[in-house]
Amino acid sequence: MKGSEKAKGSGVNRRQFIGNMLKTACGVGLMGMGLGMYSKQASSLPAMAIRPPGALPEEEFLGACIRCGMCVRDCPYGILKLGQLGSDDVVPGTPYFTARTGPCEMCVDIPCVPACPTNALDHGLTDINAARMGLAVLVDQETCIAFLGLRCEVCFNICPIRGDAISLNYRHNTRSGKHALFIPVVHSEACTGCGLCEKACILEEAAIKVFPTHLAKGELGRHYRLGWKEKQKAGEALVAPDAEHRYNLPEGVQYDLQGRGLIMDGTDSQQEPVSSNPLDVLNNNPLDTLNQGLENQ
Amino acid sequence: MKLTRRDFVKSNAIAAAASVAGITLPVAKTALAAEGDDGIRWDKAACRYCGTGCSVLMGVKDGKVVASQGDPDAPVNKGLNCIKGYFLPKILYGQDRLTQPLLRKTNGVFDKNGKFEPVSWEEAFKTMAEKWVAARKAKGPKGVGMFGSGQWTVWEGYAASKLMKAGFRTNSLEPNARHCMASAVAAFIRGFGIDEPMGCYDDLEHADVFVLWGANMAEMHPILWSRLTDTRLTKPGCEVHVLSTYEHRCFELADNGMVFEPQTDLAILNYIANYIIQNKAYNQEFIDKHVNFTQTATDIGYGLRASDPREKEAKNAGSGALTKISFEEYAKSVEPYTLEYTSKLSKVPQEKLLKLAKAYADPNRKVASYWTMGFNQHTRGVWVNGLCYNVHLLMGKISEPGNSPFSLTGQPSACGTAREVGTFTHRLPADLVVANDGHCKYAEKVWKLPAGTIPRANGKSDDADQTDISGKPMGKTLIHAVAMHRALKDGVMNCFWVQCNNNMQAAANMNVESYPGWRNPDNFVTVTDPYPTVSAMAADLVLPTAMWIEKEGAYGNAERRTQFWRQQVTAPGEARSDLWQIMEFSKYINVKDVWPEDLIAKMPEYADKTLYDVLYTNGQVDKFPAEQVTDSRGNNYDNDESAHFGYYVQKGLFEEYRLFNTAEGKPKKGHEMADFGDYHNARGIRWPVVDGKETLWRFREGYDPHVAKGEGVKFYGKPDGRANIISAPYEPAAEPPDKEFDLWLCTGRVLEHWHSGSMTRRVPELYRAVPDAVVFMHKNDAKKRRLRDGAMAKIASRRGEILARVETRGRNRPPEGLVFIPWFDASRLVNKLTLDQTDPISKETDYKKCAVKILKA
Repeated sequence: MKGSEKAKGSGVNRRQFIGNMLKTACGVGLMGMGLGMYSKQASSLPAMAIRPPGALPEEEFLGACIRCGMCVRDCPYGILKLGQLGSDDVVPGTPYFTARTGPCEMCVDIPCVPACPTNALDHGLTDINAARMGLAVLVDQETCIAFLGLRCEVCFNICPIRGDAISLNYRHNTRSGKHALFIPVVHSEACTGCGLCEKACILEEAAIKVFPTHLAKGELGRHYRLGWKEKQKAGEALVAPDAEHRYNLPEGVQYDLQGRGLIMDGTDSQQEPVSSNPLDVLNNNPLDTLNQGLENQ
Repeated sequence: MKLTRRDFVKSNAIAAAASVAGITLPVAKTALAAEGDDGIRWDKAACRYCGTGCSVLMGVKDGKVVASQGDPDAPVNKGLNCIKGYFLPKILYGQDRLTQPLLRKTNGVFDKNGKFEPVSWEEAFKTMAEKWVAARKAKGPKGVGMFGSGQWTVWEGYAASKLMKAGFRTNSLEPNARHCMASAVAAFIRGFGIDEPMGCYDDLEHADVFVLWGANMAEMHPILWSRLTDTRLTKPGCEVHVLSTYEHRCFELADNGMVFEPQTDLAILNYIANYIIQNKAYNQEFIDKHVNFTQTATDIGYGLRASDPREKEAKNAGSGALTKISFEEYAKSVEPYTLEYTSKLSKVPQEKLLKLAKAYADPNRKVASYWTMGFNQHTRGVWVNGLCYNVHLLMGKISEPGNSPFSLTGQPSACGTAREVGTFTHRLPADLVVANDGHCKYAEKVWKLPAGTIPRANGKSDDADQTDISGKPMGKTLIHAVAMHRALKDGVMNCFWVQCNNNMQAAANMNVESYPGWRNPDNFVTVTDPYPTVSAMAADLVLPTAMWIEKEGAYGNAERRTQFWRQQVTAPGEARSDLWQIMEFSKYINVKDVWPEDLIAKMPEYADKTLYDVLYTNGQVDKFPAEQVTDSRGNNYDNDESAHFGYYVQKGLFEEYRLFNTAEGKPKKGHEMADFGDYHNARGIRWPVVDGKETLWRFREGYDPHVAKGEGVKFYGKPDGRANIISAPYEPAAEPPDKEFDLWLCTGRVLEHWHSGSMTRRVPELYRAVPDAVVFMHKNDAKKRRLRDGAMAKIASRRGEILARVETRGRNRPPEGLVFIPWFDASRLVNKLTLDQTDPISKETDYKKCAVKILKA
């Protein structure tokens, strides 16, 4: 911190100077190597090696990182390692961590970032919750014991972005017939890729793993929108609502267009002093209520 | 060497951390061989942990448990487990299993301040016997005490009850269920005259409305919560109400989540009763036929030491007296609990309270209420249990599918052992009590002992004083769990034996009461445990035990389901089961050492016998010869106790125990159990078992064989067949926050760990998932104290202090003014903070409410 304040005074300090020089040099070098090499290098990062918070996109990162090891030195939990020549597939000298053995503990002051002399770890990252080191993926739904109906939820419970990065989706257990499944679901808009979930996964081999985002993330067709989200965003139907529907129905039967559909039991009455309420819950889809989680209450 | 408190706490923290973190890792890995399933022998067992009573299948190969699975045919869990159950085999194979008896010694002799050294079982028991006989003679019936468990197998509890009540002639026998279930028990007895829930887990599929009162089922009863959640998902109109003093994981499912000010659950329940009465929603016919109205004595204190000013001020300290009142008087007693008043007092918004009241008052919706420690660990625990029954009784919503007030249990056999066998100071098997001379006489007859052997509560049989071994009158004999620690500190009790629980980590106010009591130079404390727990570290003699499936066992879960298992593997080293220890120790005590001459004169043939002879080789316990235990598939199983004693010990004890609940002429009906052999062939049977049929809902015609045709409903535990509605007011807590200690402290558990963590913290995966207890607090409370998430905080009460990291975003979200700390963590003992307050009627500790302050560490 002190160093960076000093640097402000003198314009550019030596470290930044060298960093910028190298960035340029690398950039030139990459241009020379051509696009094929470039993308090969980008994908050459092993799937289980995760870059520190604020790391630029892989190709830019490799260009900017000067292999100085300062981020490794400043990590208070000692989880960051440098790629070794010949011993693993990470570009030698570049920093990474392995979520299963040493996940990012998500320090509030992110000490590894300001330690970076070249901005390969983006100094613009000041909120650790905004970091996107990778993305947790529940890769194996066959062995994840939550999918089997067991009550685990360790990943959900340990997630530091509680309720937002991993939420629980409740489903009926068709096998047992009377239990629920508590399915962990990862949300990329909140997951930082810290890897605490992968470390805590109680299986011999984790069912939830953090991957570099480009490996983990699918992409929806650019033309397609999610109707319910668009409606929510707009606050109303994008197309003018239907005219009121009227139905041919026998005595005592109702039809609730947006809710339950055909209502045959006629329990719609609201009698005081008892029971004014069953329907206010009934009209919601229970799954929606349950899956919204605590955060949004 | 003198072990100071600081040394103890320090060494305990180090050992706790070492034993759990590092050492166990490699061993646990090798213990579970994953190669092929060939040659694995599968057999059933009840899960070791909570009162849910999931069934598991354990796979054994070459004398080791190498595999496990949820039992797919078990009706409770249908093949499922929680995260703790998933790792069950590993609890047997912690690196630091105790394998030999250890006695504190200096220069080869016992020394209270010496270091633990291995000794033989003979030396262990000889030393212990000498101390016990001396203390029993010098200090009377309260001079010795035993503290057992709702984790004891049924026969372990039964054998202990015989050893203490009949052998040593002392009622100083308590289970840790006193800290856990006693309020529920007292409320069952006051309300219905018979213990344990009328309903069963099938209510989880039949109710329309679920109300959770001080129960975090999502974490503490994970498989039951899974069933409740499924009903909520799949049943139209199903609604879940959750009440707690902080938001926990059940709120994720709640349609109506309510955080109330501690202690105001009393007011909320009275408000619901008032709402029902004001709106004339009550079931008049049910009330007329099946209910009496009573008023309980008020201003009853907090179960603190008599010298405490709060006890001196209480008008009716300790009183549970009931007075008959009319319906009108009852209605008047709840009248002050209006919606406005209750909302203001409890801080729960009016519309939420109204929604809750309407759910109970709707005659067309079936309501199941669930509670655990929030109700039971409460200085008005008996009252608040009763207030919940009041609401169900007013509506007649009880004893039928879906309409069910249901007290959940925290231990695997709090019901089966502690309650049904009656290992409490005041109890005998099958709901008999030592305050009743006739009950004692029945027990003496069953046990083939002279009349007057068992000490009566008041020390009088047939209105005459019972003589003690000292020649003096027996005097009053009851002593509850919290009082035991006080008695140890005061030197009233000199010998104490703890089995199957970790009371030094559990009992409240460790700094002031428990630890000074155990380390009192006059006292000799024995701890039986598989692992070096905090309790073992504070003991004088440590006895290694066989745990769970290392012995033949039986547990009874919360829905009256009794489940048996066979011995699957052998315990390591010289470890021997609690049952073996109880019976073997009794060989070292002569009848003449503990019984006075006038008692022996009634059966002179016992004069030169040991307690073992008169209690266990009485022609009943030793009735069944040792046999090769087999299953229907032809597999063989060891039975180490039978091999040692020469007869089928477990069967003999169980069949003698059945004389209390099933034999002709038993004083109380309604506890009937099946034959020993039936249980080995079934996945649990729910009592009462009559004509080979189990009972799902009690007190209801058609479901309960004790209710005759045409009676409809009969609460036959009471002489007139009527349940009690018991009026009780709101009264404040013992130690609310003040200017200095400005926060409520609530303690409890987490999903990943069970109780004091002595088993689950030895499973590396569970340890990694939740390594340390944190202090859950509101972010504003943290901010005010300049604490941020993850910062180390010092939490201090009037009795002690601990360090823990701050958690403001975790699974529990306390409101401002309250903090929550789990108690599993041996390296930060939250019971240094808690107050040894109890419900004055049930004597159960309130771990949910005391005052603390929090500072930056």
